[in-house]
Amino acid sequence: MNNKSKLDNILVPVFSVILGLLLGALIMLVFGYNPVAGYQAMVQGAFGSSFYIGETLRQATPLIFTALGFSVAYTAGFFNIGVAGQALLGWLFSVWFALSFPEIPGIILLFISLIVGALAGALWAGIAGFLRAYFNTSEVIVTIMLNYTALYTANYLIRNVLSESSDTTARIPEGASLRWAWLSDLTSNSTLHGGIFLALIMAVVVWIFMKKTTAGFEIRAVGLNPFASKYAGMSTKRNIIISMLISGSLAGLGGAMEGMGTFQNIFVQGGIPSIGFDGIAVALLGLGNPVGILFSALLFGALKIGGNSMPLVADVPTEVVDIVIASIIFFVGANYLIRMVVDKRAKLNKGGVK
Amino acid sequence: MKKRNLMSLLALGLISGATLAACGSSDSDTSSDSAAKSSTSDDKFSVVMVTDVGGVDDKSFNQSAWEGMQAWGEENNKEEGTEGFKYLQSNEDSEFVTNLNSAVQAKFDLVFGIGYKLKEAMTDVSGQNEDQHFVIIDDMIESPNVASVLFKDHEAAFLAGVAAAESTESGQIGFIGGQESDVISRFEAGFVAGVKEIKPEIDVKVEYVGSFGDAARGKQLAAAMYSSGIDIIYQAAGDSGNGVFSEAKDLMNADDSKKLWVIGVDRDQNDEGKFDTGNLTLASTLKGVGAAVKDISNEALAGNFAGGEVVNYGLAEGGVDLTDGNLTDEVKEKVAEYKQKVIDGEIEVPQKP
Repeated sequence: MNNKSKLDNILVPVFSVILGLLLGALIMLVFGYNPVAGYQAMVQGAFGSSFYIGETLRQATPLIFTALGFSVAYTAGFFNIGVAGQALLGWLFSVWFALSFPEIPGIILLFISLIVGALAGALWAGIAGFLRAYFNTSEVIVTIMLNYTALYTANYLIRNVLSESSDTTARIPEGASLRWAWLSDLTSNSTLHGGIFLALIMAVVVWIFMKKTTAGFEIRAVGLNPFASKYAGMSTKRNIIISMLISGSLAGLGGAMEGMGTFQNIFVQGGIPSIGFDGIAVALLGLGNPVGILFSALLFGALKIGGNSMPLVADVPTEVVDIVIASIIFFVGANYLIRMVVDKRAKLNKGGVK
Repeated sequence: MKKRNLMSLLALGLISGATLAACGSSDSDTSSDSAAKSSTSDDKFSVVMVTDVGGVDDKSFNQSAWEGMQAWGEENNKEEGTEGFKYLQSNEDSEFVTNLNSAVQAKFDLVFGIGYKLKEAMTDVSGQNEDQHFVIIDDMIESPNVASVLFKDHEAAFLAGVAAAESTESGQIGFIGGQESDVISRFEAGFVAGVKEIKPEIDVKVEYVGSFGDAARGKQLAAAMYSSGIDIIYQAAGDSGNGVFSEAKDLMNADDSKKLWVIGVDRDQNDEGKFDTGNLTLASTLKGVGAAVKDISNEALAGNFAGGEVVNYGLAEGGVDLTDGNLTDEVKEKVAEYKQKVIDGEIEVPQKP
C-alpha cells in the first residue's frame, strides 16, 4: 500500500505536466501554430546545446532555493507567500555586503555575503513568523504585504544608498562572484554559476534536516497536527518561528544567487521578482520533496529558457508562449484535482471488483 | 483494482507520447524544407533586435525600433525570420543574456539591444563574441564590435516643455516617467527646463511609475494628477504611458468641457489620443530610434558597420523632434523659435534635473 502511494506521488505530477503540455499544444493549434514545431523549439532551446543547458540550470538554481524555503514552511503548515520578498532582500543585502567590503579576500567575501543574504531573508520571514506565533496573525496576509514593503524598500535603497540615483548598483568584486570561468567555458559562455552546486547541497541538507533530525521531526509534527504536538510537549510557537526562519533564509539564499551569480549586481525592480512565486509552484509540483523540487525546478527552468526560443525558431509569438507556459503551470497547480480523480477512480474500481 | 487505474494512466501517456512522436517526424520534414529554402537565397544579411521589458507593442520606444527594422526589411526585400529580421522579446531582466546569446547563436549579422537596460548583458555577451556586431541604443559600450547610439532626448523634451507651458490653461503641468534612470532623467530635465523657460512660476509635478511595463500604475498616477488640476501631462514611460492616455481618454469621454492633454513620447502618438469627440495628444516628442535602426542596418549591410563609434542624435541632426500634433499656430511658432535657439546653441538644455 505504501509503495502504491509512492507511485501515485510520482504519477500525479508527471500527469499534470503531460496534461499541461497537451493543453498548451491545443492552444497553439487554436492560434494556428504548429505545436510540435513549438515544443521541439522549446526542447531545443532548453537542452539543445551546452549553452542552453547552462542557462536552464541557471534559471533552475534560485528556484530550487525558494522552493525548498517554501516547502519547509509548508510542511509546518504555513503558506509563506513572502518568499519573493525574502529573496529580494537576500539579493539586496548580499550584494550590498559584497560591495561594502571589497577588501575581504574573494572566497571569504562570497561566503559571508551569502550568509548575510540568508540572514536578511530569515529576518524578513521571521517578522511574519513572530506575528503568527504570538499574535496569531495570518502569515499569508503579512507576507503578501511584506513583499511590497521589501520591493519598495529595496528600490529606494538601490537608488539612494547603493548608487547615486542610478537604477543599478556597481558590480560585485570579481573574486566574490559565483560565476566560475570553467563553468562558463564548459557551457559556451552561459550565465551558469556555482550556485547550482550549492542548490544541490542544500537540497540534501534540507532532506536530512526534515527527515533525520529532531527539529525537523517537530516541524513536521506541528504541520500534521499542532494540537497533538503541543500535547506531546513540543512548543508550537518555537516551531512556527524556526520554520519561518529556515524558510526565509533559504529564500534569501535564492535571491543571493541572483546577486552573486546571475546578475552580479542589483537593479531597480519593476515588480516583485518572479523567482518567489515560481518557487512556490515548483515546491507544490515537487510535493515538498527535495528530490521532487530538483526535478520540477529543472522543468520550470526549461520552460522559461526553452520558451524564449519558440518565437525565434518556431515563429510562435511570445504571448502564445506565455499562455502555453501558464497552462502547464495551471495543471501543475491543479494537481490536487488530478489526485482527486485518481483516488476516486481507485476507490470505485475497488468497490466494483469486490 | 488499482492496477487497472494505473494501466489506463500509462496507456494515455503512451498514446499521447506516440502522437507527439508521430508529429515529430512530420516536423523534421518541414525543418529540412526551410533549410533548403535558406540555401537558395544568396543574400543572407540578417538583423535582430532584443527588446527591453516593454515589448514591441508598447506604442513607443520598442515599437518605433521595430518599425524601423520592418522598414529596413521592406527596403531590402527581407522577410521576417532568421534569414531577414526578427525581434526577441524580453519579459524579465534575466532574459537579456539568454536572448542576446540566442541571437548570436542563430547567426544574425547584427544584433540590436533596444534600451539602456541591456547594457550590462550586452557588455558581457559582446566581450564573449568578438566577431559578432552589436548595437546598443540609449547607452554606451566601449568595444570595437559595438556601436552605441545616443539621443539628446532632453532637447526634444525641452520643446515639449515650451509647448506645454504655452498651452496650459490651468497653469499646472505634470511629468510621468517610467523608471528613474539617466535616460528618463534627461526627459524630465529637458521638459522642466522648457516649462521654466516660458513660465518660470510653474512647478512641474514629477512622478515615476517605477516600471516601463505597468500601464495600470501609469493610469493611477495620471488620475491623481488630473484631479489635482493639472491639464497637461508629458509621459516618458514606455508601455506604462498607455495608462496615462487611457485615463485622459476616460476623463474626456465622460466630460470634455475641460480640456486635458497628454504629450506623447518616442513616436507620433497622435492615434493614441483619439477619443469620442476629438484628440487629446497635444504633441509627441520624436526619438528617431526607428531611423537609427534602419540607418545602421543599411550601413552594416553595405559593409560599413560603425563598430566602436558613438552616434549622437539631437535636434540639429534630426534625430529627435516635436510633432505639431494639436498645437495652435501660435504655439507652433514659439516651438519653432526655440528649436532654432537650441540648434544654434543659444540655449543649452540641461541633462540632469
